[in-house]
Order: sequence, then structure tokens, then C-alpha cells
Amino acid sequence: MTHATHSADLSGGFTEISHQSARAFREILEAMARPGSIRTVVGALPPAPLSVAAGVVLLTLTDPTTPLHLAGEADCKAVRDWVAFHIGAPLVAAEAAAFAIGTWEALHPVSRFAIGQPDYPDRAATLIVEADRLTNHGPALTGPGIETATWLSLPETAAFHANRALFPLGFDCIFTCGDRLAGVPRSTRVEKI
Amino acid sequence: MNDVSPSARRNWMSTLSTSAPGRLAALLPDLPDHALLRSPEIGAVMVRGRAGATGAAFNLGEMTVTRCSVRLQDGVVGHAWVQGRDKDHARRAAVVDGLMQTDRADYIRQTILAPLAAEALAARRSRAEKAAATKVDFFTMVRGEDR
Amino acid sequence: MYVAVKGGERAIDNAHAWLAEERRGDPAVPELSVPQIREQMALAVNRVMAEGSLYDPDLAALAIKQARGDLIEAVFLIRAYRTTLPRLAASAPVDTGAMAVDRRISATFKDLPGGQVLGPTFDYTHRLLDFALMAEGEVRVAVSAPATPDRVPHVTGFLNQDGLIEEAASSDALPPDLTREPMELPADRALRLQALTRGDEGFVLGLAYSTQRGYGRTHAFVGELRIGTVTVEVDIPELGFSVEIGEIELTECETVNQFKGSRTEPPQFTRGYGLVFGQSERKAIAMSLVDRALRWNELGEDFTGAPAQDEEFVLMHCDNVQATGFLEHIKLPHYVDFQSELELVRRLRAEVAAAARQEAAE
Repeated sequence: MTHATHSADLSGGFTEISHQSARAFREILEAMARPGSIRTVVGALPPAPLSVAAGVVLLTLTDPTTPLHLAGEADCKAVRDWVAFHIGAPLVAAEAAAFAIGTWEALHPVSRFAIGQPDYPDRAATLIVEADRLTNHGPALTGPGIETATWLSLPETAAFHANRALFPLGFDCIFTCGDRLAGVPRSTRVEKI
Repeated sequence: MNDVSPSARRNWMSTLSTSAPGRLAALLPDLPDHALLRSPEIGAVMVRGRAGATGAAFNLGEMTVTRCSVRLQDGVVGHAWVQGRDKDHARRAAVVDGLMQTDRADYIRQTILAPLAAEALAARRSRAEKAAATKVDFFTMVRGEDR
Repeated sequence: MYVAVKGGERAIDNAHAWLAEERRGDPAVPELSVPQIREQMALAVNRVMAEGSLYDPDLAALAIKQARGDLIEAVFLIRAYRTTLPRLAASAPVDTGAMAVDRRISATFKDLPGGQVLGPTFDYTHRLLDFALMAEGEVRVAVSAPATPDRVPHVTGFLNQDGLIEEAASSDALPPDLTREPMELPADRALRLQALTRGDEGFVLGLAYSTQRGYGRTHAFVGELRIGTVTVEVDIPELGFSVEIGEIELTECETVNQFKGSRTEPPQFTRGYGLVFGQSERKAIAMSLVDRALRWNELGEDFTGAPAQDEEFVLMHCDNVQATGFLEHIKLPHYVDFQSELELVRRLRAEVAAAARQEAAE
């Protein structure tokens, strides 16, 4: 016998799914098209330790056909239940993930994530990196979608150097903090300043 | 709130999923207060078959479904996955799933689920009986060389 | 060079208005409702569901109405709609052995357990127009007989007991999905079956017929054909168990094929398989013949160059939405392309004429 189900872990999804997911998709698209630009998103209230922005990205980009890796503290029962109810994405090891979520430390070593294949560069992982702060200070970003240069509070530069060297292969990153996010796609060059 | 067994819940959810929207609405016109945990959402389920009926699985095609999850006032959660694209039907089915986990279960079973299940069984039996009437009775003709 | 052109908006708008009027036809005749199409044009609805690859009789009926009865256009509308739906889950493979059968026949076994059940078939009708249907006449009522609720076993299971037919080994490998991943050749059988079940009925029928006439002959008999409803069961993530979420009508055909053995396989009967949404008997039989023809490689048979054996030929051309899209696009404006072609032909003609003049002068 099981007890009747209760709702503690089931709230926090989009309430108006078509509008909220369309708006969120637009923001994420802009973030990836203009690397380093910080954008605000709303609509998700995921369980701790996930941020609002990480929840929005998951609700918008993942579904039962996108294998998801929960890294570190993100791999807890509350998050697993929330993902099962709202998304249904299969939870997998880092190597098999289309999306991964966690802090930069928890996601390390990032070299384990899929970088795509020459025929299908799109079969690469997207890392949703939870950050304590997200500001336009730090390493310099240049490349497609950036007019001259911009700056972003990235945790390091070496991993992004290595990833850029794989282009057109490589993983893509979305940094999330509170209700804000910024994109660092594989095409972006990251330099220490 | 009551304990429910997964097999009992499977049964009533199946009864609800294939019921006609109009019938369920007629049996339960007014819904008790509830909150939407997941608004009714129309989507597709990929239906699979097996090569040679028993072999490796393949993707046959999709079917439309609508799912919905509600929370009743006493905190009980009801889920529904129903065939087709009727959002009110999914919501109503989720409420019934919730009520079946409360002390109103017996009343709901008698007034809603039992009639729905009986009607589904009658419809299935009626088709089976029409099929049975088209069963061939062979009789072998006497052939020339047997004379 | 491409030159963008604009215009035609008013003409297009007016064309659509006229289309709506033509769709309605003579207003003195009552308008056709979607439920009428669903109930009374059920086999057209089934075809649109099968080739549109979406089981929803109401939507298929609506598409037929909107498309003025052009079934390929209706399939196109359904395919376009299905791309807007989120994929919520995939079902457990349907159990056709547990089908509630409306029809179940075998051409190879007369006395099969469960019997030969004809169902609502066109077979044995005289194909004479029934003018009574032009009047609002009385409808004959189906006859009932006592039914046994037993599971109806598959015919091929009997042959299997003697080891005379190849085994279809069960597997729970995740099947490829051509609606999600680009089709890659060589395709495995699961991918071929998906392509065939949503393929154009006419194309698959033509290919199947070609195998019967000798282009990749596989000597097929219908081991069993069954039509009926099966339940669809899905694992519900929020519950942690599976639930029957619906019922669909399917047509299944299993062929039994002569096979004299090959380098890798002993002499035995082999099988072809067809499974299609709705009551779609012609399509299911055709699918099973083409499936069997495409299996030449795994069974160690020779490739004779027959179209039905050629995986690329079959899979790349069986989809009628792809085919009609590419075919019909050539009627859309190609003014600029054609101008350059025209230029080329004029120049070639001028060169030929100049050469002829020079020859005449010499």
C-alpha cells in the first residue's frame, strides 16, 4: 500500500505553459546569441538548491527525450521528483547527458561531457552552471554575437580555452544565478584580463 | 485520506482515460474546489509496436493525450492522463483520481467509476458478439474421387 | 542570382476566400460535420491517421474536411499539427496478442484456434454500386452471437512450436525515431517499420505488388490478418507505475514466406510484418510484403536489384508529405532560375545557327 500522493514537491512549474515557455525560450535564445549578456527570466519555482533561472531553463529546454545529468547537490530527491513530474527527462551519467546541471565544481571535470560529432555537432551537451554571482566583471569574452568585447564572472578560463579549440564541436554553457542567466556558447573566446 | 494500492489506482485511472468526456461530465457535473498543480496539457504519446508482434520494438506513431494534476482542498493530489484533447475531461479525471484517495472513495466508485466501467464492458462485449457472428463454420464438400 | 520579389498578397487573400467558398460547395446542400466524417468516412480517417502518424479520429476528420477530401493534403495538415505537440511519453509496446479482434483471418490455416472471423469486410461483396445508399434507406443491423472472451493467439505461434518458422526474438532496445533523428542508412528493421507504417499507401502497395510479380519475389502468404483494438500503456513518472491511457484500433498482418535457406539460415518459413493505425488492411498487407523484401540482407538472400529490396529507394520515397512537398514546390515561382535557363538555350541555339551558317559559307 502506498499513501495518497501529496503535493509538496509538485509545485513550481510553469502555470501558463505556452506563454511562459515562449518568453523564456526567447530570453535563452538571446542569451546564447549575445554571449555574456545577462538576462532575467521568471516563471519557475524549483526546489533547492536549484535557482529560478536554472528551473526556467530546464522547463524550457528539456523534455523526456533529453537525457539529463544532475551533478553534486542538484542530485537530490526533491530535484529528481520535480524533474520527473514537470519534465520527465531521463536522469543519466555525465557522459550520456544532453543537459547537465550543477555548480562548476560539481560539473568538473567538464571534459567528460559530450562535444558532438563532426557530422552532428548538435549532439553536444549544454551545461547549466549554477553560480553564486553573475556580473559583467571577469574574463573577457569575444567572438560571434559580441560586437567588441564583454566580460563575465566565469570561474576559470582554461576549460573554455580547451572547449573553444574543439570548435565546431564542444559543449555550450548557460550560467544561472537567482533569476538571471547568461550564455557562453562554444563559439565564444574567453581571455584572462 | 486513505491508503490506495497501485493496482486499484491503475484500474480507475484506465477507466477514466478511455471514458467519453460527455459521460464523465454527466456523472460528475460539479467539481469540488481544487488547485491546478499542472494545468491541462495536450501532448502526444509515441505508441510502440513489436516487429513480428513479439520482436524488437519500433515506433508506430503518436496519439493525442491530455494530462492534468490537481490538489484537492485537503492536500490530496490527483493525476490524470486521458486519451484525446479535452482539457476539461483531463481536469475532471484528475479530480476523480484525487477523490478516490479520500473517504469519499466508495461513493465515487459507485456513482462514477462503476457505471463507466460497466458501459465500457458492454460496448466491448457488443463488438465481440458482432465479431462472433461473422465466424466462419467450414464444412468440407464431398469431392469426386471420394465417391 | 536570386532577386526577391514582393506582391500578390491581395490575390492570395482572395484565392483563400474562394477556396473557403468552394470547400463549402452549394450552400443549398447541408454542410458536412466533422463527426459525420469521423463516423461515415472512417477508412479515410484511418488512412489520414496512419500516414499523418497521429491517432486522433476527430483531428483526422477535421483535416479531411479542411482539405476538401484531398487525403495527402489532410495528412500534411496532421503532420504539421503533430509537430506542435510536446512528446509526453512513449508507450510500452502494444500487445497485439491481447487485441479485442473485430476481424481475424488466416489464408494458410483453415482451422485455427479462435476461428476465422470475417468482421465488417468488403471481401465477398459484389462490388456493385448500391443505389439504395443514395436514398435514406434503412441500415441492416449487425447480428450478434455468443462471444468467448479468450485471448486470440497468433497463428505464427503454432508454426513456431515445430521450429519451422523463424523466431522474432524479443528485445527492449530503444527503437530509433525518424521524427526525432535524421534517418541514417543502412536502417535497422525498427526504423524501416516506422517509415513503412507512415508511408504512402499507394507507394507501399505498388512496391508490394512488384514483389508479387517477380521483382524481389518472396512468395508471401497471409499467415494472419487481424483488426481490432488494443490498449496503450504508459509509465507515468509521477506515479511510478504504468497506466492504460487509451485504446486504439490497429490492423496487423503477418506473412509467412517460403525460404529455401541460405548460407546463414536453415530452410524454414520467414516472416514479414505490417502494423498500421486503424482499419487499414491493404496497407498492412503491403507493408508486411515490403518489410520481408527489405530483409534480404539479414537472411542472406541475394540482392536482385528489385526496387522493393532497395532500402534507400523505399525509405527515401515512401513518405508522401516529403514527396508532395518537393514535387509541388516546382510550381512555385522560379522566374529567375528559368530566366537563366532561357538565356542558356538562346545562346546555344545562336551558336548552332552560327556554326551552320559558317559551314554553308565554306
